[in-house]
Formats: sequence, C-alpha cells, structure tokens
Amino acid sequence: MTDAIQTTAVSARTQRLQARLRGRYAREMRFKWYGRAAIGFALTFLVILLGSIIMQGHTAFYAHSVTLPVYMDPARIDRSYPQGANFEQIVAEQQMRRLGIQDDAQGSKTAAMKALFSSELKFQAAGMIARQPSLLGQTVPVTAPLSDNADLYLKGEISQATPEDQRRISNEQMAWLDRMKASGSVRAHFNSALFTKGDSTQPELAGLLGAVVGSALMLLVTALIAIPVGVGAAVWLEEYSPRNRLTAIIEVNINNLAAVPSIVYGLLGLALFINFLHLPRASPMVGGLVLALMALPTVIIATRSSLKAVPPSIREAALAMGASRTQTVFGHVLPLAMPGVMTGSIIAMAHALGETAPLLLIGMISFVPGVPHAIDEPVGALPSLIYIWENASERAFHERTAAAILVLLAFMIVMNAAAILLRRRFERRW
Amino acid sequence: MIWIFLLLLIAFSVLAYLGGRRLATRRSAGVRAHSRPGQHGLYALIWVGMPALVMLIAASIFSTPLERQMLAAGAPDSVTQLEPFRREAFFSDARRIGAGLEAQQIWPAPYAEELPAEGRRAHRISSVLSWGGGVAALIAAILGGVFVFVRIRPDLRARNRVESWISLLLFACSVVAVLTTVGIIFSLVWDSLRFFNSVPITEFLFGTKWSPQMAIRADQIGSSGAFGAVPLFAGTFLIMMIAMLVAGPIGLFSAIYLSEYAGRHTRSVVKPLLEILAGVPTVVYGFFAALTVGPAFRVFFNNIGAMLVGGPLDGVGQYLLLVQNQMALVAGAVMGIMLIPFVSSLSDDIMNAVPQSLRDGSYAMGATKSETVKRVLLPAALPGIAGAFLLAISRAIGETMIVTMAAGLAAKLTLNPLDTVTTVTVQIVTLLTGDQEFNSPKTLAAFGLGLTLFVVTLLLNIVAMRIVQTYREQYD
Repeated sequence: MTDAIQTTAVSARTQRLQARLRGRYAREMRFKWYGRAAIGFALTFLVILLGSIIMQGHTAFYAHSVTLPVYMDPARIDRSYPQGANFEQIVAEQQMRRLGIQDDAQGSKTAAMKALFSSELKFQAAGMIARQPSLLGQTVPVTAPLSDNADLYLKGEISQATPEDQRRISNEQMAWLDRMKASGSVRAHFNSALFTKGDSTQPELAGLLGAVVGSALMLLVTALIAIPVGVGAAVWLEEYSPRNRLTAIIEVNINNLAAVPSIVYGLLGLALFINFLHLPRASPMVGGLVLALMALPTVIIATRSSLKAVPPSIREAALAMGASRTQTVFGHVLPLAMPGVMTGSIIAMAHALGETAPLLLIGMISFVPGVPHAIDEPVGALPSLIYIWENASERAFHERTAAAILVLLAFMIVMNAAAILLRRRFERRW
Repeated sequence: MIWIFLLLLIAFSVLAYLGGRRLATRRSAGVRAHSRPGQHGLYALIWVGMPALVMLIAASIFSTPLERQMLAAGAPDSVTQLEPFRREAFFSDARRIGAGLEAQQIWPAPYAEELPAEGRRAHRISSVLSWGGGVAALIAAILGGVFVFVRIRPDLRARNRVESWISLLLFACSVVAVLTTVGIIFSLVWDSLRFFNSVPITEFLFGTKWSPQMAIRADQIGSSGAFGAVPLFAGTFLIMMIAMLVAGPIGLFSAIYLSEYAGRHTRSVVKPLLEILAGVPTVVYGFFAALTVGPAFRVFFNNIGAMLVGGPLDGVGQYLLLVQNQMALVAGAVMGIMLIPFVSSLSDDIMNAVPQSLRDGSYAMGATKSETVKRVLLPAALPGIAGAFLLAISRAIGETMIVTMAAGLAAKLTLNPLDTVTTVTVQIVTLLTGDQEFNSPKTLAAFGLGLTLFVVTLLLNIVAMRIVQTYREQYD
C-alpha cells in the first residue's frame, strides 16, 4: 500500500522533472534556432543584395549596334564641312525606303526611326567623310550603337505588355527593330563602350573609364600620403613614444578619429582645402587628401597591431648586439611587421575606394565628360558616378549603375583578396 | 612646374647623399670615424632636402591664396566694384587667358577690354610665384648644403643626428592625426559661428521648422528661410531606431551563435561572409535601398492598403495606398543590414573576453548552454555590449549615402516609419551640392549641422570606448 503510494509519488515527481527538463531542452533548441535564424537572415540579405545588383547589372555588359549601308549623298553632305550634314535624317530616310515604310506628311515616322539610333551615328559618318572624302557618292556600311530605349527593348526590359503611352518606344518602332534584328543589321555584342569611354549624358555612350581613372589617381594620392604617414605615426607610438600625457592624447585622438563620420571629413576638405587653400575643386588631389586623412587612423591602428605582434625578444636581441633604437626598428621590427602593415594598408585603401559622402561635398557630383589625365583637374570617381547615375532619369542608366557597382565591387574584391593572400603567404606566428 | 622642381629636389638630394658619403670617406682616411660614410651621406641628404622640401610645400600651399590676393589687389576699379561672385568669375577667366585658354563666359564692354591686360598680369603673378617658390627652395638647398658639407668630419656624430631627425619625422607623422582633429574642429566651429551670427543658436537647436530656401533677392516674399533643426534630429533618430531594431537582435544573436554554438568550421565560413556585408560600400546599400527595397516595400504596403480599403480599417487602407518609395523604414532597414556585422563582431569580441571559468561553473551546475548565455554570459558582457550598441548608433547617425539615396528631403516632425523623413547628413549633402554661394546662411547651415553631428558622435564614441575598455580590462 505504502509502496504503491510511494511509487506514484516518485513517478509523479519524475514526470514533473522530466516535463521541466523537456521544457528546458526545448528552450535550448529554440534559442539555438534564434541564432541560426539571425545568421540565416543576415546571409539571405547578403544574397539578395548581391543577387539584385547582378540581376539588374548584367544586361549592361552587352549592347546592340546597328550596321547600315549608307549612301553618302553628295547633294546633302558638304565635303568641306561633313559635321554639318544631318546624317541621322539621311540614314533614317534611307532605312525607311529599305523597309518600305511610307512616311506621313509631318515626317513623324522618319523622326521615330531617327530616335532608334544613337547620336553617335552622326559622328561616325562625319568622321568617315572627314578622313576619306572620296567616300562621298558611295554606299558604305556605318556602325553605331542603338539608342538607349531601342537597346532596352531588344534586351527585353521594355515589354509590349506595358500600355503604349507609358513606354518610351512605340509598337511601330518595336516592329521595325524586330525586322532589323531579323535581317541581321542589328546585333548584340559586348558593351565595350562601358570600359573605354568617359561619362556621357547619353546612356548608350556613357562609360566608366573616366571614373575608374579618376578613382585610381585619387587612390594613388591617398596611398602616397596615408601609408607613409600612418606607418610613421604607428612606429613612433609603438616604438619611440615616451609614456606621457601627450602620447595618451594622441592615442585617444586616433581612436576617436577612426569613428568620426566620413561626411565630417568632407566638410573639413571643403572648408580647408577648397575654401581656404583654394586647391582645385573636385580634383584627385583634394579627393586624395581627404581620403588620406580618413584612412590614416585605420592604417595607424593596423600597423600598431602588427608591430605589437613582433615579439620583444627580436628587439632585445638587436639592442644587445649594439644596434641603436632606429636600427632595431628599421632593420628588424618593421620588416618583420611588413606583411601585416601591407594587409592593413590595402584594406584601408579598399575602404577608401568605396567612400562616397566626402567626395560629394568636395564637388565630385558634377558631370565630367572624357577621361582625366592630371591630378589638379576635376574628375569623377566610381562611387560618385554611381550616385550620379542612380539619380539620372533615363532608365538605361539604372542597369549601368548596377554594372558600375559590379565593377567597383570587383576592384574591392581584388584588393581584399590581395590582402588575404599577403597575410596567408607571409604571416608568421611566434 | 612643381613637378620639375620636385624632380630637381630628388636629384639634388641624391647628389648630396653621394657627395656626403664621399667626403666623409676622404676626410676620415686613416682616422677612426664616429659614424659610417653612409650615415654622413644621409645627414647631408637631410640638410639639403628638408629645407628645400619645406619651401616647396609652403610655396605650393600658399601660392594659390597669395595669387588671388595679389590679383585682387591690383585689379582696376571697375572689376573691384563687381559683386563677389562675378569678381571671382572674372579673375578665374583672367587666369585662364593668362594660361592661354579661352574665357569661360562672354564679358560685356568695360570688362572685355580689361581681360587681356588682366590675363597678362595673372600670368606674370603666377610665374613670379612659382619661380619664386622654386628659387627659394634652391637657395634653401644650397644653404643647407654649405652648412652640412663644412661640418662633415670624422668626429661628427652623424648617426645620432640622423636618428634624432628620423624620430622627429616620426613624431611629426603622429602629430598629423592631432592636426586633423584640430582642423576638423576649427573649420566646423569657424563656419558654424558665422552661421550662428545670422541664425540664433537657440532657434537652430530648438526650432521646429526647417526650410533652408533663402530669398535670392531681398524683395522676394515667402522664402525667408527657417533653420529649426528639430525635424532633422527627429528624422535621424527615427531612422537610427529602426536600424538598431534590425541590427541589434540579429547582430547579437549571430554573435551568440557564432561564439557559443558554432563549430570551428561554421565560424570560419560564416564570419568572412558577414564581413562582406561590412565591406560593401554604402553607396551600394543606397542603390539597393532606393531601387530594390523601396519599391518592394511600397508595393507590399499598397497591396495591404488595397485589401483594407472598404473594410473596417478603411482609413488605414487609404493611407497605405499612398505610401511612397522613400520612407524612413526603407532607409532604416537597409542601414540595419549594414550594421549587422558591426554589432556582431564587436559583441563577439566582448563575449570571447568573458573567461571560460564562468561558463564552466554554470555548466557544472547543470545549466544548459542557453541558460548559461542568458544568466551568466549576457549579464557579464552587458556593459560591453551596450558599448558596442552605442558605437553602432554613432555609426548610424553619421551614415550618409543610404539616407541620401533612400530617405527623402521633406523635413517632417513625425515618428511614423512609413513617412518620408530627412536626416542631418542628408541636409548637409543637399545644402552643399546645389549651386552655392559660400557665404549664404544656407551653405553655412551645413557646417552648423556638421558640428552638431561631430559633437554627438564624438560623445557617443568616447562613452562607448570607455565602457568597452574598462570592461575588457576587468577580466584581463
């Protein structure tokens, strides 16, 4: 009897305990899954971010060109001034005849046909005549990009399903493009203009080369200033500085500088370099200086940590052999810390490459056509070009913005990969 | 021009090094010299190169302001009487003509005649300045050379002197960091003071109306400009809160999972992937927010609105139908994604600093891992995590590109995440990237905002770093 009561009591207690244990384990599992979900969220965002940019940007890497036989009509083209001829009109009219289209009284169909070609067509044709006037009176093939909207239609980004009055290209123009595509005069090819041209107001002629060169010049200035000064400062703080108030102030100051918002550096650049010293606005010189001041704390912190990693025994051995402090540092400690210094510097440069806000304040927001070749003239930079293109109203700039982002990311990946390789190759553990 | 001088300078320095080395070898023949010939060479290089380099840098920094001063000082009366903006344009054209380029605009009668003469004068001034700088540098190099070559003798302690120069140079490098801070504070305070001359500081800090469009002409009506920054602070705060609501929990839970649950292998894969999120430039997040997240959120809320319209929540539905691409929620959410790796890696560091013995003690008492995390690890790491959050908040307040591209420009005093708001950083960019005349309150307002931003982020950083520091030391 008592035994039975005892067993039921025990089993009730065991059950209670087991239930509690089950609850605790369930909570444990839930907690673990919260962590997994958090990481899953973060990585999903990463995939969506990169995926959406690739989805939007990959189409910008190819483009459509049209090649048309053009009769260089001597009656309408002035031999001595070929730029003055209305080539677009001439080509459009000839193309209408070839496709057998009758124009209306206002010439609106010819105008619609003209709108399919880039203005580059005119420069191509005029250039041919200027180089070789004997082409006048002959029929020669001329190749030029299609206009941005025609290109978008052929890429399938403007669809026929959209009501006609809501798109930039009419049903008629679509039909013409399809016919030209079928006849082989329009063909798709790698968009080399994107990598060989500077910025332009027309999307089909706009390229990244100007911005890439601008960014490269700027980064050169940044590297030439930030790396030597940063390494010097780190060496002083780590190897030379006396432990006093001044050193403490400098250290706190560097840590704070690392956390100052980048736009504040832009304000500094605007007030100091442009309004006070009157250095040329939007030039790689000013941009490089601003980015150098911004990258400085990062370089200093990275250099200091790699100097710290060199064991004191190296210093003591050198000093014991009679080397002076400077000989010890420059002959032994710094060379051993060099891989870490280079890695930190490259990562700081990669970060500086993507920085945008300070560049906008020092004037790198205006349209700069062509490719720069000096450090004291206005340039564009990759990140500021992304900002400018993102604001452009032409739809064709959207895919090009995404393509510019992909190019920027490619540069950053290369730089970071170089840093990682350097670290893997040369890192020493003591 | 400066490049030629710089090349000359390098050539002179190399010559000085070679000459110094040679001289030292010759003069110390047969004697035991204190320093080696190469160290004498370096000493000569320093004395020839340094003064000349300082001269060249000073000349290149101050030649432009000086040139403008001199150009303005000798200008004819008709030009001096021009309004400042036109005067600048005139001088800029004069310089262009002096350099053999074409003027950028067509000038009316009295100015057009003066332009060629002014162009010649500008050319004269700039050539005098650049040659002057070069010659000054040359003289400095020669004087330094004379000084050093006389002193090269076997008993000269060249090595010690070179080394003290080197440590001075290294010290100068670290002073650059201090000078940067001084420069930031000085330029922000200077222009802010000018701004507070025209707009009282109390109105700026406590005013609730922000519309910086100043009247272009004095008699224009309806555009007097209002500089009450409270709506901007509210917008910044709202976006920061949304960002922290996204980044806080996700970052913290990722850190907990990575430091307590994940195996070595998972860690080595996941951590670098999270770091990629931190490495993506902010302009890319801005693009993502403006063209992907914004439209997606708008469509989502519009669809919900369409479902609610006609039902009991008709008002809400009508509102949701009108939601736009640019809303605080979009900018905040994307900024939150950007901050996830920042929060997680800082929290991870802090939790790793908690000694293993605390965990072991808890496990020994039969606690599960999650109980250990909740009851032991988090309380112990709490101050450090608070510091990490403060650093993330400071980062969120100062972030510019995401909000510039995705948040909007309307200064509204609202806490509705579906509304468009504007932030301090957006306004700085907007005020300084339009057509600007530098002295108007409109552009100076940007410096007032910049100063506010700098002070707030600085305070947050100091507090956060202090917390993180003391906390780390606690267990060391």
